[in-house]
Amino acid sequence: MISISNTTATLAWRNLWRHSRRTLLTIAAMVFADTLLVFMLGLQFGQYRMMIDNSLRVFTGQMQVQARGYLDEPHMFRSIPAADKLATSIRNNTRLDAVAVRGYGFALVSSGARTIGAQISGVDPQHEPLVSSIPGLVKQGRYLQGSNSNELVVGSTLARNLKVSPGDELTLLGSGRDGSIAATVAPVVGIFESGNRDLDRQMLSMPLDTFREVFSMGDHAHSIIIGGERSQADSIAAGARAALPADGELVLLSWEKLLPGLKQAIQADFTSAWFMYLVLIVLVAFGVLNTMLMSVLERTHEFGILLALGVRHGRLGRMIITESAVLAAIGLLLGMLAGGMVIWYFRVHGFTYPGMEAMGERFNIPSVLHPEVSLRSLLPGPLAVFIATLLASLYPIWHMRKLRPIEALQTI
Amino acid sequence: MNSTAVSCRKVNKIFAQGELAVHALTSIDLDIASGGFVCLSGPSGSGKTTLLNMIGGLDRPTDGEITVAGQRIDRMSMSDLAELRLQHIGFVFQAYNLIPVLSARENVEFVMQLQGVPSSERRDRAMAILAEVGLQGMEDRRPGELSGGQQQRVAVARAIVSKPALILADEPTANLDSVTAEKLMQLMRDLNSQIGTTFVISTHDKLMMSYAKRLLKLHDGRIIDDIIQDDRQE
Repeated sequence: MISISNTTATLAWRNLWRHSRRTLLTIAAMVFADTLLVFMLGLQFGQYRMMIDNSLRVFTGQMQVQARGYLDEPHMFRSIPAADKLATSIRNNTRLDAVAVRGYGFALVSSGARTIGAQISGVDPQHEPLVSSIPGLVKQGRYLQGSNSNELVVGSTLARNLKVSPGDELTLLGSGRDGSIAATVAPVVGIFESGNRDLDRQMLSMPLDTFREVFSMGDHAHSIIIGGERSQADSIAAGARAALPADGELVLLSWEKLLPGLKQAIQADFTSAWFMYLVLIVLVAFGVLNTMLMSVLERTHEFGILLALGVRHGRLGRMIITESAVLAAIGLLLGMLAGGMVIWYFRVHGFTYPGMEAMGERFNIPSVLHPEVSLRSLLPGPLAVFIATLLASLYPIWHMRKLRPIEALQTI
Repeated sequence: MNSTAVSCRKVNKIFAQGELAVHALTSIDLDIASGGFVCLSGPSGSGKTTLLNMIGGLDRPTDGEITVAGQRIDRMSMSDLAELRLQHIGFVFQAYNLIPVLSARENVEFVMQLQGVPSSERRDRAMAILAEVGLQGMEDRRPGELSGGQQQRVAVARAIVSKPALILADEPTANLDSVTAEKLMQLMRDLNSQIGTTFVISTHDKLMMSYAKRLLKLHDGRIIDDIIQDDRQE
């Protein structure tokens, strides 16, 4: 175990302030890097949270119950029996209203002018607004009313491609769960624009009961969407899991499983960002290395005195690393404080940049970013700088390891 | 007081200067008894400081044997040499060599702290020894705030405070005025006679030499004369 005596600590502290300007400049560099890292990480995590929340809020929900295998191979027959009952159990277990049942099918959709393949979602108009933002994103007409009414809301791009608007009729032709022909004619009552290109281009929704009738689903459905706060995901998942039958035919899937692409995109972005951060950290480490090396080299004679008095090389090493540690700790604390203040300010007031408002409107995302104030945004950057600073002191220690007292004493 | 504090057998030291080999010490044979007060004299380059450095374990001989406090030091590891210096040897350098960021008291306490002396005892002993060398009231001053003579007295206080068996002093009076130098010499001689500390001092100072019980004259790295000035000790 490395023990740092009072003398070592005193010497380290006083040595640091021999050249106070140099020390302050080094600390300033660390604080600047720490602040930048905290701000960037806070902003990044805030952005990721916003991306995830927006993605989940549109259609996916926080988690879903599905039949085993449906996610990988979404066949109509891989369905949840007695889905409404199960949804009610989940609502009771999780004490959450935001639980909605959905069925999915595929059909050729014809407007007379054009025929296009589309995904049909059968939704429960009462609970769907609690798990999806689509009901609130109807740009023309209205959303679905009543679980058994025969009506459709259509994605904006699909509507444009089909050349339909509210009041027009669409003909659906697909196959039911039992292999029978699924066909209906229903009026378009609304057109939604979710900001999600795939949904707007490929999806139309109809009431769940109507969907079940058209697609011969009985009381089955394909998915039970569970909303709620992401921060409470664990307790919600526990409640939902408790409601599932024990035979293992149904599975609870988290958003990471449902949207692996989103998770991978975030991970890729995070990795590439860390590469940039690493460059910054290495630059700061070289600054500290320069300070420590200068500080060590200019004190070679003094180290000779210490060696002559009976100080061992190990103790000299501890003294140098203590200096680095003190320097790094000051940088860490001030950096976290400054970074924390910056991200707190933007957390309250929001952060935006030119063009973000237009982008927000276009993709249905907020035009103001709120950085995340959390330990994971406050700590990793300054901690990385702290560790890099300690590592930077290893070279001067290595440089000193074979220093002979007589050579050191002869150094001016 | 009859045991041997320092023993050198056929000690040679050769420095390489480019392609030239400089014989700094040649075949030194020397025994210094415990309680001795020995001065090394000779012109610059005669090998006085080199011999002191060898005895203090600050440098290694090219060949030969050196024994200090009963231990062969010419083959000791750097770590063991550090321990030997800490426990048995005090140094007084020509250039004082105090630690600039520590006060006079802290400089004196430093070696004791390395030795593990408790804090209160350290402080008391440091204050007492600084008073003894005439630096009462200056304990909290840093070296930069002290005159050369005062700094040298702090250096002496640091060397003697833990009562080492051997004190090696390299031109300790070189930067001092005659009054301060004489006080310092008297202090060292008192320590020698009262505690029995062995002193080996390199000097050009005639007055310093007159204080020595034994005078070794060096020239071109060899001992050319060995004069006993006080037959009570050597």
